[in-house]
Amino acid sequence: MLNGKLSRKRRGYIGLMRALMYAFAALTCALVLFLIAYVLVKGVPNISWELLSTSPSYLTERIGILPDILNTVYIVIATLLIVLPLGVGAAIYLTEYAKNKRVVAVIEYAAETLSGIPSIIYGLVGMLFFCQFLGMQTSLLAGALTLVIMNLPTIMRTTQESLKTVPQSYREGAFGLGAGKWRVIRTVVLPGCVDGIITGCILSVGRILGESAALLFTAGFAHALNGIFEGLTSAGATLTVALYVYAKEQGEFGAAFAIAAILMGLTLVINLAAALTQRYFRRKKAL
Amino acid sequence: MKKIISLLIIGVMAVAMLAGCGVKNSGGTVSTDGSTSMEKVIGALGESYMAENKNVIFTYNPTGSGSGIKAVLEGRCDIGLSSRSLKDEEKANGLKETVLAYDGIAIIVNPANPVSDLSLEQIASIYTGDITNWKDIGGNDAKIVLIGREAGSGTRDGFESITGTEDACKYRQELTSTGDVITTVSQNPDAIGYASLASVKDSVKALSVGGVNPSESTVKDGSYVIQRPFVLVTKEGTALSETAQKFFDYITSADAAGIISAAGAVAAN
Amino acid sequence: MKGNKKTFETAVHGVFLILGLVTVCCVLLITVYLIISGIPAMHEIGLIEFLFGTTWASTAAEPSYGILPFILTSVYGTAGAIVIGVPIGFMTAVYLAKVAPPKVKTLMESAVSLLAGIPSVVYGLVGMLVLVPGIRKMFHVPDGASLLAAIIVLAIMILPSIIKVSVTALEAVPKEYEDASLALGATPVETYFKVSVPAAKSGIAAAVVLGVGRAIGEAMAVMMVSGNAANMPSLFQSVRFLTTAVASEMSYSGGLQREALFSIALVLFLFIMLINATLHFFLKRNKEG
Repeated sequence: MLNGKLSRKRRGYIGLMRALMYAFAALTCALVLFLIAYVLVKGVPNISWELLSTSPSYLTERIGILPDILNTVYIVIATLLIVLPLGVGAAIYLTEYAKNKRVVAVIEYAAETLSGIPSIIYGLVGMLFFCQFLGMQTSLLAGALTLVIMNLPTIMRTTQESLKTVPQSYREGAFGLGAGKWRVIRTVVLPGCVDGIITGCILSVGRILGESAALLFTAGFAHALNGIFEGLTSAGATLTVALYVYAKEQGEFGAAFAIAAILMGLTLVINLAAALTQRYFRRKKAL
Repeated sequence: MKKIISLLIIGVMAVAMLAGCGVKNSGGTVSTDGSTSMEKVIGALGESYMAENKNVIFTYNPTGSGSGIKAVLEGRCDIGLSSRSLKDEEKANGLKETVLAYDGIAIIVNPANPVSDLSLEQIASIYTGDITNWKDIGGNDAKIVLIGREAGSGTRDGFESITGTEDACKYRQELTSTGDVITTVSQNPDAIGYASLASVKDSVKALSVGGVNPSESTVKDGSYVIQRPFVLVTKEGTALSETAQKFFDYITSADAAGIISAAGAVAAN
Repeated sequence: MKGNKKTFETAVHGVFLILGLVTVCCVLLITVYLIISGIPAMHEIGLIEFLFGTTWASTAAEPSYGILPFILTSVYGTAGAIVIGVPIGFMTAVYLAKVAPPKVKTLMESAVSLLAGIPSVVYGLVGMLVLVPGIRKMFHVPDGASLLAAIIVLAIMILPSIIKVSVTALEAVPKEYEDASLALGATPVETYFKVSVPAAKSGIAAAVVLGVGRAIGEAMAVMMVSGNAANMPSLFQSVRFLTTAVASEMSYSGGLQREALFSIALVLFLFIMLINATLHFFLKRNKEG
């Protein structure tokens, strides 16, 4: 190229920027690798069948995270069951029914605001509203409802995006055949946005797994082994909350790192699932 | 249609499986909330009670003494746990205390610290900031790092009232549980902290106070002065549920004394 | 028959309308609750005394409720995290979007996604055991739990979001801009920094504001490394943020202390709304630009 004709100043600039770019990219790489390696090295040796399948016992000084695993499952199920109708319904309203631009703008701004609020404020308001005002006390259900509000914007956004990809001609065709609006939605639109709903679910599960501040005040940190129905109405720690309690409140770092390693693995699985789902549906839609 | 029905069946089966996961709860629940120092004691008691009464579910929320007292006042739990006696305002609010056990507050330092004995006045001077370097009390030449508990802690209340340092302690870190204090002190060679004797692990060294080593016997006969009661808090005038009352009677009985001692505290009965 | 269908359709429309308004209701609920809970204490303590008082002693015999230490700590902490995180994230994003070979790019992007998804307590955990003793040994301070530890943890936490959004913004720059620049004699590196980056300006600014929002709202990870004493902020001092102030005293507080905590939450909420409004502004400009 024209390298020979470059002035000293330009060469200096290029050299500096290049150096910074490679240096910082390498730094990021190193940080990422260190974090992953540290957690895995300290955590995986502590993962045993005993850890995964028992509850903690004071009499035998044993730590088990089975209650936390179950609590996490319960809360994910409860949250998804409630947030899906709400979120998908809101998205359908925005794309199919809303005619007034102002209303659409207000709802979308509200959703954006919700997604920016820090989780500790959700925990606080959740505790005030669900636990005290509605009398649910510290329970997984109160925690689930708080998580519902937190994940509403995510589900709305992904559902909306996939609703927009349903060609208008499908709808017009159905209308032309005499179908009412609800029937059109049920048979034409909803099946078309299944991919958005699934992606939204996967993203929400990821977010729920990572949530601790919102659940600390609303769902507490008990370790009782419960079936799904009692579990929802009593306090319980999810995996992430248990990690915090074991690390900060009890100094049991073996268990804490084991949970961290498990969570890291779960995050990887979720990212993979989201990527695969998107690829699958993109291929399907391209047909 | 077929797809929906099969999905529904799978869903119902999954929920049924999950519902069967837990302890059969036909015997009621007893919920406790409060002191983190009492964790080992109440945890052991709850566990042995559940072992003998298979239908009862016992829960314990480690939130701190102040929080536990609030929880029982607001009706959010059956029995509140406090590692200090109730204040007059709290008793005036209609709360009743029952002493379960006595626990020493160990003054802990890092195992690498050469100091092993301090007098009560020295401890008070350290925490108010009058003595700032370990070398003034026979240790290394290093600044003393003061670790303490959050303001609502029963352990902090007990420590500060016995050493006479209320509102005067200059903490470097204010942590929210006994376990956290132990962890922090075990990681910093110049740190000093206070924690429930029942929870002290090998990762830290407990100092003797005025020549008296903290142990169950010295707490019992009072020669180890830094101690406080483990107290069960209930609402005056409101009867506990049947399950909670039975649990209450069990843990205050002489049969439970052995479990309490094994957990590191001194049973009151 | 027709009448029945019409009422049915209207009913369905109504149901969806209600579902659509749920988000708005939630925002209103949160705002109203925070305001109702937060105003009384501010009123009783006095707005100036509350916002600008420098001593927070909520449980002392003579309590004082000045939250200036918390406000300043949150501001300094976020600023520090941005100062460290943005250059690193930005440069890494340029590398990923423009220079990295495809295999390296996919690998690094999945690693960054992994980092973005890990719960914040994991960062706190590693910070507790690696960063805090590390700071103590490296800087010869008595105790490593400090503002510096929190800043480093926050910077690492916001790195993935800054990288992701910046990469998207950089990749959206039309190829014609870069081709034109190269044709005029600029080297690739000069093109990236003097043409692509300014073109992706709004997106990168949005990434930064996103990072700010996340940093100022973080509670758990910060609580594990910052020491939690209510001091005026200084790099190696044990500090308390707006978020950790609420989190650490909430469970046992009562009376005026509790209301003061709600007021802190309200202040935090207002900060966040301000930041979100700024983000909204940048995103709108990005769409129009």
